[in-house]
Amino acid sequence: MSDSQQILEEVTGSEYKHGWVSDIEQDIDPKGLNEDVVRMISKRKNEPEFMLEWRLKAFRLWQKMTEPHWGNVTYTPVDYQDLSYYAAPKQKKELKSLDEVDPELLRTFDRLGISLDEQKRLSGVAVDAVIDSVSVATTFKDKLAELGIIFCSMSEALQEHPELVQKYIGSVVPAGDNFFAALNSAVFSDGSFCYIPKGVRCPMELSTYFRINAAGTGQFERTLIVADEGSYVSYLEGCTAPMRDENQLHAAVVEIVAMKDAEVKYSTVQNWYPGDKDGKGGIYNFVTKRGICKGERSKISWTQVETGSAITWKYPSVILQGDDSIGEFYSVAVTNNMQQADTGTKMIHVGNNTKSNIVSKGISAGRSQNSYRGMVQVNPRARNARNFSQCDSLLMGDQCGAHTFPVIDTRNTGAIIEHEATTSKIGEDVLFYCNQRGIDTETAVNLIVNGYCKEVLNQLPMEFAVEAQKLLEISLEGSVG
Amino acid sequence: MSALLDVKNLTAGIEGKTILNGLNLTVNPGEVHAIMGPNGAGKSTLSSVLAGREDFEVTGGSAEFDGKDLFDLDPEERACEGLFVAFQYPVEIPGVSTTNFLRTALNEQRKYRGESPLDAMDFLATMKEKMKVVEISKDLTSRSLNEGFSGGEKKRNEIFQLAMLEPKLAILDETDSGLDIDALKTVANGVNTLKNENNAFIVITHYQRLLNYIVPDFVHVLHEGKIVKSGDKSLALELEEKGYDWIKDEVVA
Repeated sequence: MSDSQQILEEVTGSEYKHGWVSDIEQDIDPKGLNEDVVRMISKRKNEPEFMLEWRLKAFRLWQKMTEPHWGNVTYTPVDYQDLSYYAAPKQKKELKSLDEVDPELLRTFDRLGISLDEQKRLSGVAVDAVIDSVSVATTFKDKLAELGIIFCSMSEALQEHPELVQKYIGSVVPAGDNFFAALNSAVFSDGSFCYIPKGVRCPMELSTYFRINAAGTGQFERTLIVADEGSYVSYLEGCTAPMRDENQLHAAVVEIVAMKDAEVKYSTVQNWYPGDKDGKGGIYNFVTKRGICKGERSKISWTQVETGSAITWKYPSVILQGDDSIGEFYSVAVTNNMQQADTGTKMIHVGNNTKSNIVSKGISAGRSQNSYRGMVQVNPRARNARNFSQCDSLLMGDQCGAHTFPVIDTRNTGAIIEHEATTSKIGEDVLFYCNQRGIDTETAVNLIVNGYCKEVLNQLPMEFAVEAQKLLEISLEGSVG
Repeated sequence: MSALLDVKNLTAGIEGKTILNGLNLTVNPGEVHAIMGPNGAGKSTLSSVLAGREDFEVTGGSAEFDGKDLFDLDPEERACEGLFVAFQYPVEIPGVSTTNFLRTALNEQRKYRGESPLDAMDFLATMKEKMKVVEISKDLTSRSLNEGFSGGEKKRNEIFQLAMLEPKLAILDETDSGLDIDALKTVANGVNTLKNENNAFIVITHYQRLLNYIVPDFVHVLHEGKIVKSGDKSLALELEEKGYDWIKDEVVA
């Protein structure tokens, strides 16, 4: 357990601590989107032909689609022609080691709290950092390569392992899956690729940090994780962005494939800039995340702590195809001020004896709106499917809203599905009790909220859990009395 | 010697209704005071007002605690100054262990006093020592605070917190209510061990029973918001025998 007092001291007074802009020279494409832009992105990255074809297919599908508006969120429409689809830190040549990275860029990582150097030596976490759209450095690559693990940027994967990318990209989230996924498929500029070979247990956490730096750009990264038979990997994703008055679009796609007896744990701490107190600025976070438990006894587990973004629209899902496979979703979603979140999961039971577990903890403060949207689907031939869902909402103050939209769609009578839900407020008597022990109200709220989220926070790797706790505290600062 | 708590002519109430009506009470270090009285006399209001519960409004009089104006301080400041209330109905906090809760409380109080936070090892050592005093099990301290605790366990946990936080003045608000005789003895034993010449206790109770185990230096009878009679421990026995009507009659007369 981390020391909450120390954490409070660290965060007092800070609003959004990642709101700085790095002074890095950048290549930014002119605004607008058409086939030429798609071709140019692909060309610039020297991609194989299949990739360009796939992008163009996605782009054509996207053109025929309309932006979905079924989410419980409202926002000013995005002008897709007024965005720049590619922004990369300017680099003069290929980088061979961290020593060659722009020092300003390294300082950026320091401020993010992920000094790559430090990470490399001390923590045993391999980091792939993506600034704006381009992956800038991947640590620990050599060490991982010894085990046959591939962990690199998507661009690199397309050069070095095109056959793997071609085999799996779009296999879980197809090019035309939905409006934002189609857009991502057409213009994604980088992201992370990870392949764990048969029987290998990845000895360290793999981590990706995403950061939007440039103004007037969208970020579209794409992550693909393939865990071959009997392998295991724990993957972490963190994100931050500068404070800007305008809204910025982030439309990412994450695909996970777990083969027989493989296990993938994917943890996210999402801290995109949420906008100011009046709802000005902030990131539109429209993300498609889906995994498939392809083989028997495979397992995919999503854990997310969502504190940032002006709008969040995201449903990390699992297709339980293999018999005896397991899907899990653990989520804490915090909204404060004018933030809106519509998030949850989909568990699609296809194989026999499949199990899914959903724990969602929503916290609403300020004038925010927080929705849980979930679907548990059991196909006719999925025998003995089991699901347990727990959706809790915590309200702070009387201006915010909490909503749940759970859908259960079962076509097999043998399925056992349980759904529990609670809504609560932090009571005056609990706060007074804490006060009487010498704990001020702000600290008391943090203590109570951390307790409330414990089940989810416990799923996170240690270092991430500490970071997540700090974030919860910053996010809820000033939300009580 | 200056008083630890000096309450003068205190009037207070809730939603416009006066409950405390000119209460006087002086508590010195090293003393144990028992406050007794019938239901509705204002016993629990007194502890709420001293602790600073917001619903209650102080309309007159003063209260000095260790030389400071109590009503100038926020509830958490009063706690940090050394005022502790063992509640009649302790709250539950899901997901927060007693250990974590107490570590936060103790370190907040240390911070207030300008001391550095206790590190994990020292904290656990202190905990181990104090757990013996109140005979509380490790299982209980690692569970979520009061969640699923029995009535007796909750009260014992209050006394455990008292032991950990070492206040100057502890108010036990009907801590004996709902306790069986064994739990009562454990609670009393804890208080007796913690009692010393520098701290003081106010034991609020409806029954004389607890006072067999925690022997008070003074017994006060609260009636209609003021202390109408004070005496030594024999007064408690007299009350037990004659009931509260005897006091009421005496006051009227």
